[in-house]
Amino acid sequence: MAQVGITSQVAAEQDGAGATNAKPVVAQNLIKEFGELVAVRGIDFEVRPGECFGFLGPNGAGKTSTMRMITCASPVTSGSLLVNGMPVQTQARAVKSIIGVVPQGDNLDDEITVIDNLRLYAGYFGIGRAEANTRARSALELFQLADRANSKVDELSGGMKRRLLIARGLINEPSIIVLDEPTTGLDPQARHLVWRTLRRLKDQGVTMLLTTHYMDEAATLCDRLIVMHEGRILAEGTPLELIRRIAGETVIEAHSLDVAALDRIAEHLRDAGAEIEQTPDTVHAFGLNGTDVTESNVHGAQIYSRPANLEDVFLRLTGRGLEE
Amino acid sequence: MLLTPERVPFGFRVWRRNWTVFKKFAMAEVGPLFVEPLVVLGAMGIGLGAYVSLSGDESYVQFIGPGIVGGYSLFAAFFECTYGSYTRMAIRGLYEAMIATPLSIEDVITGEVLWGATRSVFSATVILFVLTVMGFVDSPLAILIPPLAFLGGILFSSMALLVTAHAPSFWTFNYAITLGVMPMYFFGGVFFPLERYPDVVRELAWIIPLTPYVAVIRELVAGSLSMTTVWGLLYLVVLGAAFYYLAVARMKARLIR
Repeated sequence: MAQVGITSQVAAEQDGAGATNAKPVVAQNLIKEFGELVAVRGIDFEVRPGECFGFLGPNGAGKTSTMRMITCASPVTSGSLLVNGMPVQTQARAVKSIIGVVPQGDNLDDEITVIDNLRLYAGYFGIGRAEANTRARSALELFQLADRANSKVDELSGGMKRRLLIARGLINEPSIIVLDEPTTGLDPQARHLVWRTLRRLKDQGVTMLLTTHYMDEAATLCDRLIVMHEGRILAEGTPLELIRRIAGETVIEAHSLDVAALDRIAEHLRDAGAEIEQTPDTVHAFGLNGTDVTESNVHGAQIYSRPANLEDVFLRLTGRGLEE
Repeated sequence: MLLTPERVPFGFRVWRRNWTVFKKFAMAEVGPLFVEPLVVLGAMGIGLGAYVSLSGDESYVQFIGPGIVGGYSLFAAFFECTYGSYTRMAIRGLYEAMIATPLSIEDVITGEVLWGATRSVFSATVILFVLTVMGFVDSPLAILIPPLAFLGGILFSSMALLVTAHAPSFWTFNYAITLGVMPMYFFGGVFFPLERYPDVVRELAWIIPLTPYVAVIRELVAGSLSMTTVWGLLYLVVLGAAFYYLAVARMKARLIR
């Protein structure tokens, strides 16, 4: 009898999820203020079903604030934010029941075992005990943690904890999964394992929202992304579109500690029609597409050409200075 | 508005998490649960009691027994919802993890209050059991003490969570205990009858939530109910509702930005 009660409660909680045709996320003139500080300054974006949508930007750009509004962890100051057609302000419970959250920090429950972490988290969604146990077992299998089911959380490696966090975020079989820097602090093997997992989820049609500081991660995972800076969206598109539009095809890069040498190289490249960005030890030249410079030493500086990448886009848009 | 019947099942999900952890460490908890009140009953009741004469023919250990039931259920709820809740909230980040699920912060705090009240029931029941075995319980009405401990536990847990909501670190709780809980324990009618006080102080002592709580326990143990129980229960309910409301509001202010 109790079982029936709990099951019907889950159904009731997920009732709002019925609007399957709705866009996963639609933000219009979305604003977030913390007192005087304006973290998000009226942004608009739409996430399409089944895509992986990335939020890039330096620290303080407003990415995490935006994500926290989507996951109903932080109230919207003003504007409209719909998740599967439901306004987050009024339907938080229904929104949260169809979202899986993978936080940046490890907030696993370290007083209980690995499998209890999954079972109790399922319980928070109102998933009945038997079903929670089944889901927990299969999640551990899927994330290669089955032999750690009865370990304490603090006996796990960093990579295992991250896998457990992702497994936990999927326990409610969400249609949208929100990941905040999912591979920060992981070694390359663990990173690739996480990426593989995320690609598999995408194949299953799960919509993914992710923030990252790794441009290779954004390039390999994201179908579309936005670059944020100081609470605004500076650019939006597929990784390749953004690279072509903002950084072109080829970047010529010169390194030296000799500022005079860099100045001379910058001048030559500018004369050749390049757009120059210069820091005390580096020159980046954009716009000389197709130019091939084999690595060589010119005027006492190392110079070479390479294909433009997402990191170029990011730095061109958000600047090369350190802003904290 | 807050502790509504619809809220309870959501709070119960949080309660279940704490119960799961408690069961694992139950053996470590059960010992102190028995030992400490017994030490107090022994030292105060039998040791100090030899020098104490009460107005009736009641022994001192008989007098303080119900007070210890009240005092230790207060401690159980208060410690759980200060040190315990602060650890879950600030050290382990569990509240953050929980509110990423359909649970709201109101649900989480409700679950914590229900759990603190449960700990209060455990403590009260254990000591009541000991007192019964020792032959100090006169009335079958004492069976109502565990549910009363749940009600008192809701109040004490809510008071504790209100402190936790403002705590920058664990040190805050030392102040709360030294300046709040221990004075309640010593002046709330646990160790000596309120008649010892001058009239004004005696009236004021009823403001301390432990005073009516212990007074009701005394009447249940003795089996002689008076208006004290009616007013005491009313006061506990009203104060409990007020502190619960405040605790939720302040926790929301702390955690939701």
